[in-house]
Amino acid sequence: MPASSKTRTSSTTTTDSGTMAPVPSRRFFSFRKDSREKTRGWLYVTPALVMYAVFVLIPLIMSIYFSFFRWNGITPMKWAGLKNYIMIFEVPDLLGTIVNAFKLVLFFSFIPVALGLIVASIVHRVASGQFGEIVRTVLFLPQVIPLVAAGIIWGWLLARSGLINQILGAIGLGEFTRAWLGDFTWALPAVGLIGIWVLLGFCTVLLLTGITKIDPALYESARIDGASWFKEFTSITIPLLRYEIGVCLTVTVTNALAAFDIVYVSTAGGPGNSTSVPGIQIYILAFTEQRIGLASALAVLLMILVLLVIIPIQRLSREEVGK
Amino acid sequence: MTKKILTLLSLIVVSAMLLSACGQTETATEAPSTDAAAAEEVQMSAAPTCGTDPVVLNAYFETGFDLPFVLAEEFTKQYPNVTWDIKQDQFTNLINETPRLLAGDNPPDLIRLPTMVSFAKQGLLMNLDGYAAAFGWDEWPVPQLDQNRVSEDGTRGSGSLYAMGLNYSLTGIFYNKELAAQIGMTEAPATLAEFDELLAAAKDAGLLPIMQWGSAKSGMGLAFPLQALMASVGPVGPINDWIYQKEGATIDTESNLVAAEHLQMWIENGYFPEDINAIEYTDANARFTAGEGVFIFNGDWQNAGYDTDMPGNVGFFLMPPAEAGGDPAAMSAPLTYGIAANAKNADCAAFFLNWVASDPTAREIDVTVGCSNPGGPADAVMPTVTEGSVTNETLAAGPVIGMAGTSMDFIANATSAIFAQGWTPELQKMVGGLQDAAGLLAAVQAEYLRELAE
Repeated sequence: MPASSKTRTSSTTTTDSGTMAPVPSRRFFSFRKDSREKTRGWLYVTPALVMYAVFVLIPLIMSIYFSFFRWNGITPMKWAGLKNYIMIFEVPDLLGTIVNAFKLVLFFSFIPVALGLIVASIVHRVASGQFGEIVRTVLFLPQVIPLVAAGIIWGWLLARSGLINQILGAIGLGEFTRAWLGDFTWALPAVGLIGIWVLLGFCTVLLLTGITKIDPALYESARIDGASWFKEFTSITIPLLRYEIGVCLTVTVTNALAAFDIVYVSTAGGPGNSTSVPGIQIYILAFTEQRIGLASALAVLLMILVLLVIIPIQRLSREEVGK
Repeated sequence: MTKKILTLLSLIVVSAMLLSACGQTETATEAPSTDAAAAEEVQMSAAPTCGTDPVVLNAYFETGFDLPFVLAEEFTKQYPNVTWDIKQDQFTNLINETPRLLAGDNPPDLIRLPTMVSFAKQGLLMNLDGYAAAFGWDEWPVPQLDQNRVSEDGTRGSGSLYAMGLNYSLTGIFYNKELAAQIGMTEAPATLAEFDELLAAAKDAGLLPIMQWGSAKSGMGLAFPLQALMASVGPVGPINDWIYQKEGATIDTESNLVAAEHLQMWIENGYFPEDINAIEYTDANARFTAGEGVFIFNGDWQNAGYDTDMPGNVGFFLMPPAEAGGDPAAMSAPLTYGIAANAKNADCAAFFLNWVASDPTAREIDVTVGCSNPGGPADAVMPTVTEGSVTNETLAAGPVIGMAGTSMDFIANATSAIFAQGWTPELQKMVGGLQDAAGLLAAVQAEYLRELAE
């Protein structure tokens, strides 16, 4: 009888000589094995964890710490208590910058996710094989182009004499031409357009990956039943992609509310403060005004704001998946 | 499992707090205080030199401007024991980096200073009074050094010397000679009213009267004509007081309101490009040299570009006064370089600063490469420049401002963020019809007080 079967019921076993000898229980083996695997697992994640701690957790904690001090980054810090959190409301046009960030959610999040769903669904249905790969690559390219370069290119495209105005003029819409990034009404949507361009590829690729995991039999059944593309889209694709949509929304909403790079390279917050967002204000407070405490307090508030928006999205997407 | 994660997170949190506490201790102890020895006046009996032993000057220059690099090369030619370790960065990045560079472990011997009051107050810059006495800088024409002085209470314009200018730039109005001839301009306008007539004539002729930049990425270029108008209709003293943060100073004065209203009138008359809020500095100059715009408000640092791109077709005049017979005024600022309080080769750096203003070859480089007045002793010989270049005109205008005593620093330099948080957004709003003259001055003054309250 194999020892292993004996260990199911007893922690001892009979040796060939007939004496009883203690045998480690399977639970004990299992525990040691589990423990070793866990240790090995932790070793694997340690490099990532260290990086995460050094570049995310520690700066986060330090920001919270700095937010309670008056500090110019050079001389010794002075305790300020909650004063920075009160002074934040004196920052020029603070409410306006927060409103702008929420307006950017439309461009950075809702439109890329909606468009990404449609594009991913179409690509999955009609563009398989090499053509599908080319489409995915082209759409994903903006993600790998440095944003500073993208900002400069978009600055040219959206300039008074840029390509976009030239096209508008060529198709008889010359009256709509303008300096898009210098116009109080259109600068924010123009920045939003850059955001759509950058984030559409990310959303499409993520959602396309999700679609490929859906059982093809579902689509085949739907097609046998004569379902249109739209019916497939609303009845199969969207319901089964809720988790991926949740991830897309989380990433893009965070990008919108904590936006800095796209705005900084395209308009630097102008004209007026019409495209200014909290990220730009944090940068100016910290590095131009040398008010690290005040900037940290605004950064902490921005983090809380982002969490207040993101947590419900996360919960909703998880609940839907669980159903 | 959860417990372990919590324990791990707690460890990270505690470590982070310890680290941040350590970091703070270091910061607190390493940062020189205002009464530190380094900030004390350098006392010396004889003018220092770079000696004969090898010296490596640790320098931070501004990207895009050849002058300091060419000067450094020439200096090494003349003093072979001195070599350079030059780092460079954009001006906007230098604004953010300078305090950390000055307070760091390897403080620069020589650094381009975007602003200086806070660094002087924080004891990060070397007090140059000792060098000024040893080299005789105190005897140079007064305005050259005044802008680099900071008093104990942090007021600029008086007190100890904390920086020197490699040269002294001058601003005014450049014009396209061909286009100016088209609108009948035969000589520079003598009054603001005459200038207004020229602008109206340009508009009537279907030309763009003034090319200017205004994107927040470059900073709002309308601050140039606004300050020129302020000095045209009112005295320069209160403007400098405001820039130097003298107690009770305000930008919201009656004469400045007249100036701001005048600028608003220019905007409403369509004298500036309609897309000004999206135009960056380089684009504005490219469009001006391509023939768009009769005038542009700018500084002599752009001379070389204009002379290259529109040779013989660019002229310069100072902003005329509102009243006939009055003095013209101009923004004139030193190309400011300072020495870190803890610099290793401060003597050699100071010797270099003195050499730039006094050596004939250096002065020639200053004019031909930097295109600005080299300053220096009152009796120093002014280098000759190419006949017909606009540099001739800007160099000739310098003494006019010097004689009248009407030079100003730039209103964008009053506080570290007044340009980004005050002038730029408010002037952009004025272009968009969302701000008027009175509101502009009130908003900028409020921002100024907010920043000074820190």
